[in-house]
Amino acid sequence: MDEHSEKFSIVLFSGTVDKIMAAVTMATGAAAMEKDTTIFLTFWGLVGFRKGDWQKNRRFSKDFEDYAEPAFEMMQARKVPPWMETLKSAIELGNLKVKACGMTMDLFNIRLEDLEPVVSEVTGVASFIEEAEGGQILFV
Amino acid sequence: MMQNITITKESDARGSFCPGPLMELIRQVRLAQVGDVIAVISSDDGSKKDIPAWIAKAKQEFLGMEEIGGATRFICRKIK
Repeated sequence: MDEHSEKFSIVLFSGTVDKIMAAVTMATGAAAMEKDTTIFLTFWGLVGFRKGDWQKNRRFSKDFEDYAEPAFEMMQARKVPPWMETLKSAIELGNLKVKACGMTMDLFNIRLEDLEPVVSEVTGVASFIEEAEGGQILFV
Repeated sequence: MMQNITITKESDARGSFCPGPLMELIRQVRLAQVGDVIAVISSDDGSKKDIPAWIAKAKQEFLGMEEIGGATRFICRKIK
């Protein structure tokens, strides 16, 4: 396979900070390693990309909720950059696109202008699958 | 080993978490001229694998790494 056509796609279904951070970190690594990288936002992942949500998002995986407060405190104390900042620098440095699921947009009545500007377009599941073909796909 | 190398620009990314130091190196290599030598200091252990892997993937020249008091200095020459 042509090394320039390697793809890495993430379906981001979750909207909790821990999972968004994990997805953004993986996507950043993939973009750094020169993969054509896509994050497809659906359901709670899309909700987490509504304008301004990332600044106030304190949601955390339910099964690790007892770790939530210490984790937020530790991230603040150690000056871990907000995931939105990491995502923006990854978009600047690599081929990384963030796309929104049209079905979720309809369901929750969200328009593209309601989302953070890092989201470049609205797409359907079929075209996402078509574009991701031949590469790795992660569901987070 | 690295006494004869003149570093054009060095970034101190100590305290920055994965993938921060790697992103800093990529940013500096983008800004540099061909022939420049870029150094990044990282205290993130993952960098020891990540940074050489990126330099190889990006087909730049890895000049080496050295331990400096709990952190590592990575040196890369921009060759294209």
